[in-house]
Amino acid sequence: MSWLTTLIRPKISDSAVKSEVPDNLWHKCASCSNMIFHKDLTANLLVCHHCQHHMRIGAEERFTLLFDEGQWNKVELPKVWSDPLKFKDKKRYADRLRETRNSKKLQEAIQVAVGKIGGITCVIAAFDFDFMGGSMGMAVGEGLLTAARQAVAHNAALIAIPASGGARMQEGILSLMQMPRTTIAVQQVREAHLPYIVILTDPTTGGVSASFAMLGDVTIAEPNALICFAGPRVIEETIREKLPEGFQRSEYLLEHGMVDMVVHRKDLRARLTTVLQLIMLPNSPQLKKRA
Amino acid sequence: MLTYLDFEKPLAELEGKIEELRHLGDSAEIDIASEVEKLQAKLDKTLKTTYANLTPWQKVLVARHPDRPRCMDYINRLIEDFTPLAGDRQFGEDAAIIGGMGRFHGRSVMVIGQERGRDTASRVKHNFGMPRPEGYRKAQRLMKMADRFNLPILTLVDTPGAFPGIDAEARGQAEAIASSVDVCLSIRVPLITIVIGEGGSGGAIALATADSVLMMEHAVYSVISPEGCASILWGTAEQSKEAAEVMKITAQDLKKMGIIDGIVNEPLGGAHRDHAAAIEAAGNELWDQLVPLLRLPGEDRRLRRRHKFMDMGRQEVGRVGSKSAA
Ligand SMILES: [Zn+2]
Repeated sequence: MSWLTTLIRPKISDSAVKSEVPDNLWHKCASCSNMIFHKDLTANLLVCHHCQHHMRIGAEERFTLLFDEGQWNKVELPKVWSDPLKFKDKKRYADRLRETRNSKKLQEAIQVAVGKIGGITCVIAAFDFDFMGGSMGMAVGEGLLTAARQAVAHNAALIAIPASGGARMQEGILSLMQMPRTTIAVQQVREAHLPYIVILTDPTTGGVSASFAMLGDVTIAEPNALICFAGPRVIEETIREKLPEGFQRSEYLLEHGMVDMVVHRKDLRARLTTVLQLIMLPNSPQLKKRA
Repeated sequence: MLTYLDFEKPLAELEGKIEELRHLGDSAEIDIASEVEKLQAKLDKTLKTTYANLTPWQKVLVARHPDRPRCMDYINRLIEDFTPLAGDRQFGEDAAIIGGMGRFHGRSVMVIGQERGRDTASRVKHNFGMPRPEGYRKAQRLMKMADRFNLPILTLVDTPGAFPGIDAEARGQAEAIASSVDVCLSIRVPLITIVIGEGGSGGAIALATADSVLMMEHAVYSVISPEGCASILWGTAEQSKEAAEVMKITAQDLKKMGIIDGIVNEPLGGAHRDHAAAIEAAGNELWDQLVPLLRLPGEDRRLRRRHKFMDMGRQEVGRVGSKSAA
């Protein structure tokens, strides 16, 4: 990383989405099939204005969207044992990793940043689904442990934003071991009496949903995100029947008591600010005035 | 009657011949006893070579063997005064997870294990060892109770995985597993796990985030079944054997990787050929693991367990040539 990138922070005017495509480009909504102008889509935080379908966004876009003035500092993540099994299916895992790094311009499926939300210091650990389906291996586990350590060091809240298909199969049992490891990260934040907030996005499944993602003090979900342990296809194959409409979606989880609230992307920052201030500023001056 | 796996055909033939000879009885022409002895020696040798050289896929088949000792077989043989405790106090009782108190070498303990059942009826009753959220919540209740009364916890893992069903999802399977791991990492009493058959992914780690994790010699433990891995990465379950190879799922591989703490040798030809010997060996190793843990202060045990999992996979960073920042 050059000194420039560490010096110049992304500005909110960059918008939530990097503009690499011309503004007159059209996108087709995967949910309602309507055509959307690229400019309108980015202005709307990658939410379809026809049907409110929330498209996937990357970790850096999350940071810019949520931190005050879109300003944040990236936390460097430690190097990890990247190919513990020397795994090879149709392709070598080492090659797959290298190719993904080159084509996606990402190092791994998680990024961590420090900044402020509503004036409160926060650490956000956010997933890039684009990087091998956001799957959780050693790097993701180490990312969450680093985020927790930073949160404790800064006396900050920890916010996790998963977008993941689950375990990184190519890392075998070590990917399973990230379930306890990320749970330890949550415990360390909890022991420091700092809030741990989870924003569940589409999709959050498998070993990710069955570990740190379901252990939040406050759990928020983006609308209509798939959130489950076993994926719909696995369940259909097991029970041999079609699943009900809306099954395992955010609103279904809200109804079943698994999340606190479903919040539209445009309202996330405001909601998060309120939650953080309620927990971190229990005796704010405004509160005194009213009393 | 023993069930033979495909690769056990030579064994089946030998055992069949021995059985026939025994029924013949002595006659003047052939010395039955010495003939049986000869065949028995050959059988032992074949068993030894076959079982010493099992491929990972063959281990999967042995781990799932229908005659392999189940959770309740271990409890019946190792635990005195076993007192089952039922229900999660929230929704129901899940027979896929057995839980209860009992005495192990005279010491009161909490035992929690996955039971797959043996015949068709009991398999259905125990849901083939695939727990639902209420099973994991019962486990959490019992672990917390054991922690309050200073009872060491033994968990026996044998599951294809947590149940993938509509009801299980509706009641929060993900949360139930996450919280079980959380509880495993919170308690101060000793927690020892033995994978007796199949350690299926999240369904297993929910009970296996332990101070000491043992595996039976021919047990397997993995993030996904070889069939599941093959169908996702190769697009067909036919590559299951290959997937089993590359995934490193055997006790021997996992010990090498520092994921598990010990391996319990199985009797000649696998645990299914001699339940008593297999279970006794497991009992001895469990006790050997428990004794030193009992001497530690509770908080030390919890932190030691935490650091064991935190350090997992980190020690190898140097070896692959990149400097660790942690
Ligand atoms: Zn739409």
